[in-house]
Amino acid sequence: MEQGLKVERISKVFPGTKALDNVDLHVSYGKVTVLVGENGAGKSVLMKVLSGVYQPDGGQMWLDGESYHPTGPTEATERGIVLIHQELSLLPNLSVEENIFLGRQPMRGLAIDRKTMRREASSLLKQVGLEVDPSTIAGKLSVAVQQQVEIAKALSQKPRLLIFDEATASLGEDETERLYGIVSKLKSDNVGIVWITHRLIEIPRVGDNLVVFRDGQLVHSWDHINVPESEIIMAMVGRSLESIFKVPHEPADRTLLEVQGFSQTPYFEAVNFSLRAGEILGIAGLVGSGRTRLARALAGVSIAGAGTVSLNGKTIRIRTPKDAVDAGIVLVPEDRKDQGVAQIMTVQDNLMMPSLYSMGPLLRFGLMKNVAKDLAEKLKVKGHLHQVTATLSGGNQQKIVIAKWLPLNPKVLIFDEPTRGIDVGARASVYETIRGLAESGVGIIVISSELPEVLGLSNRILVMNKGRQTGILDRSKATEQAVMTLAVR
Amino acid sequence: MTIETAPKPTTSVGGAQRSWRDLLPSAAGPLIALILLITASSFMSDSFLTLTNIFNIGQQVAVLAILALGGTAVILIGGIDLSVGSVVGLSGAICGYVYVVLHQPIWIAALAALVVGLAAGTINGALITVWKLPPFIATLAMLSVARGLSLVVLDGKPLSGFPDGFRNLAIYYFGGIVPSAVVVVVVVFAIGIAYLKWRPSGRALYAIGGNEEVARLSGLPVNRLKISVYALAGVMAGIGGLLLTARLDSAQPTAGTGLELDVIAAVVIGGASLTGGVGTLSGTVFGVLIIGVLRNGLNLLNVSSFWQQVIIGVVIAVAILIENFRLRSKKAKQLGSKKAKPGRKSTTQ
Repeated sequence: MEQGLKVERISKVFPGTKALDNVDLHVSYGKVTVLVGENGAGKSVLMKVLSGVYQPDGGQMWLDGESYHPTGPTEATERGIVLIHQELSLLPNLSVEENIFLGRQPMRGLAIDRKTMRREASSLLKQVGLEVDPSTIAGKLSVAVQQQVEIAKALSQKPRLLIFDEATASLGEDETERLYGIVSKLKSDNVGIVWITHRLIEIPRVGDNLVVFRDGQLVHSWDHINVPESEIIMAMVGRSLESIFKVPHEPADRTLLEVQGFSQTPYFEAVNFSLRAGEILGIAGLVGSGRTRLARALAGVSIAGAGTVSLNGKTIRIRTPKDAVDAGIVLVPEDRKDQGVAQIMTVQDNLMMPSLYSMGPLLRFGLMKNVAKDLAEKLKVKGHLHQVTATLSGGNQQKIVIAKWLPLNPKVLIFDEPTRGIDVGARASVYETIRGLAESGVGIIVISSELPEVLGLSNRILVMNKGRQTGILDRSKATEQAVMTLAVR
Repeated sequence: MTIETAPKPTTSVGGAQRSWRDLLPSAAGPLIALILLITASSFMSDSFLTLTNIFNIGQQVAVLAILALGGTAVILIGGIDLSVGSVVGLSGAICGYVYVVLHQPIWIAALAALVVGLAAGTINGALITVWKLPPFIATLAMLSVARGLSLVVLDGKPLSGFPDGFRNLAIYYFGGIVPSAVVVVVVVFAIGIAYLKWRPSGRALYAIGGNEEVARLSGLPVNRLKISVYALAGVMAGIGGLLLTARLDSAQPTAGTGLELDVIAAVVIGGASLTGGVGTLSGTVFGVLIIGVLRNGLNLLNVSSFWQQVIIGVVIAVAILIENFRLRSKKAKQLGSKKAKPGRKSTTQ
């Protein structure tokens, strides 16, 4: 009889995507199986299948040689498999102990046995190294502490297999260390662990073996963790970084955009840069460094307090988005859902929105349909022109946000976090589109929190730190280290 | 504009093949309700389905229809206008004051009424866009101000004695049967429907209602359009005030009280969404007619006006319930057809 959890050819289909595609996985007791993959690779879906939240559409699962097909989280818990959610699931209005024993309170007759509950809660909290009063209201605790309570709750269910879904995402360094300690103690108690993460540095800290997910498939597994990082990345994204980020072409000599002394107190001060036609300028910096503020001011979404912006040598005044759009500066905003596309409108309505006024005094529906169709085909937007945009995936919605600007022939396109929350395939095609636009002479500004993205796409990189421009690096000199040094200086 | 179409398996990527459902007008729901209502009324009363009575209904709903045109535009952009009933009163009052008290020619009086409507609407729009007051609050304030002003202007008493030419604005009967008020409504709606469909700014209203921030970032002149829409609602209230004054041959300080709620009811029954972005003028026409036919039918059946209010309230609730139910089943259908997509993908690749 095989010990542990065995998963064979599990599939799960969602509208529009195959979230899991014939996945095989084996998790042994007393081992930590690390599962990595990009957003949307299927990691979390698999874990929800294992913990009974979702039912698979195909495949088999065995626990210790017995068939395992939980119909819900309760059954999974009874069989000993517990998921610690990515999002906190504590009830903020209840006490810690009530949260830990929710629905399973120790009883004495008809009443809850408060004494036993408190005692057991205390000992569980001690196990995870927490020193909080079990009667504390959960909502008053910090996110990190809540996470630890969550683990204590999981332990109270005496799991044989524990699944951690991005458990360190909200933890500081100390707390992360403590969590590693808890994990190694669980291991020595012969609990099987699945550790989902997208931080590669965690792999050597906790892992025993490693599997990589991509587009709903398990694409690679190693029974050890001594794997070079580049190999892991290649498995995650399906090709080497070099092939995704081809060297950008050499921009023209002509200066397109000149920004001088651009300020919006207190968000950013005295930003100076120029952008050549066909150039891709990356803007890097930590969250709060003023990157997005800068982009929004350039696009007229908010008004800059001082500075000049000139386009093709002519100074322009940008006070509204319309001013910017009329001048040829357009923005693909960070918040796609609320600023990029109108969710309740159709794909065609969204695609044609910026060009309504350039279609002549009376709209021609045949023409609009053809333009929209061309745009959708050009950027490979999946789905239907008359489909409500809300039903499309994030990647397809992002393509619409980019495509809607193209009929206006923009001179400068600003991308704020162009690939946030979209899957690998769409990501590659967004990069291709950005490069294609640059090659056709459009000036591009790309803001991203993902350094590899900025480094891979840009000709030059402007680094910001607390609202100040700390340097502009040429592609040849821009390493992750060099950028980070400027970003935190 | 239809909001959904069930994608067919044969449709190519980005293609715009549309199903037979799209051939139905988007206002199909209210239209069906109207037909049912007319059928029922004509069985219950012999005098209902006569030409005289039909145009009588038209005469009765003319003012409501005119206001509902502005109301549709306001609700399309996700706003609300509570002031139109009061502005009807104020513009009528101004017309009466300028003509009767100031002894100016009637056309100047009428023009003054329209200017007052325009001013009231523009102030609403400015309060909402420039000073960022919620539309509900801004127009609630205008409701009070305009009503108060009409009482002030008329000193609380009605004025009458308008020239025949003016009264014919509402009560001239073309061919002895088609009331001029109905002609005014038809003309105004024809222009409005064409505008919403073919003018860029007409489509932009849908964009603003769909998501104002997206529309603004797309470079659409959102503030200008929003002010124009409230100004339009004001002008429509001005026209409504003139029609009402002409029909009654009297400018009354309380004219139009409560009309704003009828306007909202008609627009919503006509299929518009109070959250904006969804709605058509043809739907609003049906919404207005549903209210008109209902009142007329109930009158012919001698139902007391007290009970009429009860019944109209129930109809509003039922109409929206049916619409919600319809949308939900449509949504379910769309999700269902999306489920088929992975399969479609694999067969075409």
